[in-house]
Amino acid sequence: MDFLRATTWAEALRMKADRPDATPVQGGTDVMVEINLDKGRPKALLDLTPVAELTEWSVESGNIRVGAGVTYTRVITELADRLPGLAQASRTVGSPQIRNRGTVAGNLGAASPAGDSHPPLLATGAIVEAESVDGVRMIPIGDFYTGVKRNALAANELIRAVHVPLRAGPQYFSKIGTRNAMVIAVCSFGIALNVAERTVGTGIGSAAPTPRRAVEAEAFLAENWSPGDPEVGRRFGELVAAAAAPIDDVRGSRDYRVHALAVMARRTLGWAWEEHRRTS
Amino acid sequence: MRVNVTVNGAPMVADDVWPGESLLYVLRERLGLPGAKNACEQGECGSCTVYLDGVPVCACLVAAGQAEGREVRTVEGLASAGGDLDPVQEAFVECGAVQCGFCTPGLIVQAHSLIESHDGVPADAEIREHLAGNLCRCTGYEKILDAVRLAARRKAGL
Repeated sequence: MDFLRATTWAEALRMKADRPDATPVQGGTDVMVEINLDKGRPKALLDLTPVAELTEWSVESGNIRVGAGVTYTRVITELADRLPGLAQASRTVGSPQIRNRGTVAGNLGAASPAGDSHPPLLATGAIVEAESVDGVRMIPIGDFYTGVKRNALAANELIRAVHVPLRAGPQYFSKIGTRNAMVIAVCSFGIALNVAERTVGTGIGSAAPTPRRAVEAEAFLAENWSPGDPEVGRRFGELVAAAAAPIDDVRGSRDYRVHALAVMARRTLGWAWEEHRRTS
Repeated sequence: MRVNVTVNGAPMVADDVWPGESLLYVLRERLGLPGAKNACEQGECGSCTVYLDGVPVCACLVAAGQAEGREVRTVEGLASAGGDLDPVQEAFVECGAVQCGFCTPGLIVQAHSLIESHDGVPADAEIREHLAGNLCRCTGYEKILDAVRLAARRKAGL
């Protein structure tokens, strides 16, 4: 194994072009677990933590451009007002020590269906900024997840940032787990209401081979814009559950996940609508 | 490969480091600092918690090369040079917050980071949340909470 240490973004891109087999590492909260437990051994590690550009976030044309080195702790403390869904999901990641190291970009790189960042990124319609020596590619989040722990990155590409639309209404994240820390989601759900446009975004986690939207549920609510109506909420929940394709595994059964998703979708819609009524 | 890292204020050099090695392994096996404990090796237990550039992290999940040029503070670096225990360590001793002792170094570093960053006495919910990544299998949590409250009260002059 080799250890490559990039000190600038340009150097990181050159290293990745020379060594497409290198695994990029930020917080190490996924990559080092694989190595420590001998589940996988990369040919090389490409350390991106010295790249200062990656640790910044900025406001760009209605989005927050979150650099690939911004930790969950910073999403929570610095971006909760503008990206509430992503900040709520970040609060449920691991423990304080894990949140001090882990990054949203690392979650995207690992592309686990259970990753906590994915539902709010899907619900808000985020865009992944990937870059290689050949140039920049803006990948819509819906096209990014291609399979279990697979994503749309080319072998020479690195994640530079993720562009997350600024809050346009209430956002909520809900996650089922056995305790309030150090939990991989049994299943999870993210919702983002856009009250002005009368639309809703959704994201389902840990209940299909990839994180995914509940497109029919989104269309149903847009056509029946009465989020406070219990019958609409119930049907919305059913349609979210119908969009999932969960399996039975050690963390939960298929049937439990389907049921829990319907409940989480109905409840988060209720919370979001209640917040809208309270604040408007 | 070689890793240069400042540990508890002293510049140190580790040689023959395997590129997939963790900071925890370097501290314990190459630099003679066994305070941070090696248990789960997957960030679940918090026994290996150390400060990296002032931020508490699981040393088992930091690649050794990522510590190059950085500052690490371990549980060994909390007491004064003269050997006086840190107030958090004293509170753990006084409250009987140590049973088998394996989780203690990680808990002390993590509790230290809470008390250092907090004015006054944190609410119980805040203490629990802050320590949620540190497991004690002797189930000694009540005494541990007592110790954190005591250390916080003393720091606040109460």
